[in-house]
Amino acid sequence: MEEIVNLFHGFAVVLQPFNIMVMIVGILLGVIIGVLPGLGGANGVAILLPLTFSMSPTSAIIMLSCIYWGALFGGAITSILFNIPGEPWSVATTFDGHPMARQGRAGEALTAAFTSSFVGALFAVIVITLVAPLVARFALQFGPAEKFSVYFLAFCSFIGMSKEPPFKTVASMMIGFALATVGLDSVTGQLRLTFGFTELLTGFDFLIAVIGLFGIGEILLTMEEGLSFRGGNARINAKVVFQTWAELPRYWVTSLRSCVIGCWMGITPAGATPASFMSYGIAKRMSKRGDNFGNGEIEGVVAPETAAHAAGTSALLPMLALGVPGSPTAAVLLGGLLIWGLQPGPLLFVEQKEFVWGLIASMYLGNLFGLLIVLTCVPLFAAILRIPFSIIAPIILVFCAIGAYSVHNNNFDVVMMLVFGVAGYFLKKCNYPLAPMVLAIVLGDKAEESFRQSLLGSQGSLTVFWSNGLVGTIMALGLIALFWPLIQEAWVRVRAMATA
Amino acid sequence: MAEKSQHTRLAGPSHTGTEIGVVAFMTLFGAIVIGGSLQVGIDWGVEGPKAGFFPFYLGVLIIISSAVNFVQIMMARSDALFAEWGQLRRVLAVVVPTTIYVALIPYAGIYLASALLIAAFMKWLGRYGWSLIVAVSAGVPIATYLLLERWFLIPLPKGPIEDFLGL
Repeated sequence: MEEIVNLFHGFAVVLQPFNIMVMIVGILLGVIIGVLPGLGGANGVAILLPLTFSMSPTSAIIMLSCIYWGALFGGAITSILFNIPGEPWSVATTFDGHPMARQGRAGEALTAAFTSSFVGALFAVIVITLVAPLVARFALQFGPAEKFSVYFLAFCSFIGMSKEPPFKTVASMMIGFALATVGLDSVTGQLRLTFGFTELLTGFDFLIAVIGLFGIGEILLTMEEGLSFRGGNARINAKVVFQTWAELPRYWVTSLRSCVIGCWMGITPAGATPASFMSYGIAKRMSKRGDNFGNGEIEGVVAPETAAHAAGTSALLPMLALGVPGSPTAAVLLGGLLIWGLQPGPLLFVEQKEFVWGLIASMYLGNLFGLLIVLTCVPLFAAILRIPFSIIAPIILVFCAIGAYSVHNNNFDVVMMLVFGVAGYFLKKCNYPLAPMVLAIVLGDKAEESFRQSLLGSQGSLTVFWSNGLVGTIMALGLIALFWPLIQEAWVRVRAMATA
Repeated sequence: MAEKSQHTRLAGPSHTGTEIGVVAFMTLFGAIVIGGSLQVGIDWGVEGPKAGFFPFYLGVLIIISSAVNFVQIMMARSDALFAEWGQLRRVLAVVVPTTIYVALIPYAGIYLASALLIAAFMKWLGRYGWSLIVAVSAGVPIATYLLLERWFLIPLPKGPIEDFLGL
């Protein structure tokens, strides 16, 4: 009950005129980011983070999270109209969305996509409202060993669940952790890994890494592919919208299943992209019209969009309740909290009620506003894509540079951004996942601190991570997640032997 | 375009070679991390584990996983290309101007450097007329100035032109 009261307080905060304005600006910027190739949720939010330095933390998080919702919506526009996924999680939307657009049913596809996104997000926000405070209350009892075990679980699930080769995930993750250790050691106050370079004293900021890896790297990949836009017609009118809305309830099973898949994949840090593919695949197998998937089936738009938004939104749950972000964008938002002087983690729910519930309330309203904005402004956003890449690319580069500079007002950061960008291009081409690296840079210090504190308490014995039921369970879950592919394979073999 | 790419399909660096290069870089990185950790001490001190304790094992893990990756790459060797030369040329067409741009920012200020970068892209990659080039390349920095410095009060690096204008 207390949660409902808090939520209404949150709505009161969000409905202040300034916050409503911030919300709309955020969504508009977000959709533009989602539409533009080379700018995505994570680096878009990172670039725009400096804009919020002069705002109150609550307005700031509303703006940034609305940019994120906008980017999630925007990805669908390019996938359906141009067959170019603006975001990795909208790749699955192109399978049926673009054929629909080519058959002249673009309006229908867009309405279905936006509405499903909204449904997915709403489901996830309700889950956050109900579950996050409980998780936070539970997590308040965590000591250093439990904290480390949560990080351990998060990173192990990355290795076990990613579709990239596991040792490439490990390498990418460990490089992220190593980058996080550069500079001042927070426990002993000693300098390390700086090798005498004064520029490295403050270490590597993960925002710079995000802007470089995802922003510059993505532009290089786009250039290599040599983009050409062949767009469908972007007209959408009220009649089509209502017709589609009348049709959508028929797919409620698909929708509900996609919500659950999305939330699960978002909370465990698998992320929106695998969620959308998995949801599409299952919908294809379960649907009566599954054979027609790929030729413009509206259910094939509903499934991936619902799951992607549910995953993208629920990725904020562990970020809010535990201080462990479920996706790179959630990591950037967590970085924002640190910059605004807030300590992410379970204490937020106790000490920063206005902030947390303002954010949760803004998720409800932001997604509703987002739905209305994208439905009414699709032609406008589609027009942005018709601006040639040779004009858009340098402008994106300029914004990346400005974003990287203004994090610390430091020229060296801009250089590092370019280095990260070129590295990101090679890593992406060679199939190294970038998300674990970014999360490791963000969480490296905290993970190390809790690890060392635990060892300090136990005089260096690793048994501290199995010293009580709670920490032991979380560590065991982590190990299961880590070896999941092997366990799965063994299970299949055992079953094969049993049947033979 | 399709015809052209068929003729040049076999030209370009090999994927396996590039993968090995990336693994080599990571191994080097791991070795640097181990070296740096050894400098500050990796054992147990009065304050608990020393500063190099955690990064040392990270470096070890980087090297171990790079070794496994190396073996897997060698086992899955193929003739696949990393990218065609034409594609790499397009990538370099972004990397080179951006490098110059980044190097120019501390001296020319971000506004002038940005205008030059946009103009260069529009001229060489887009082949636009000068009037459009001037409009976009001057318009974006001016809009950025008004938005960031005036509205959001975020200072950006400035150069001689801004000094001259007294901004």
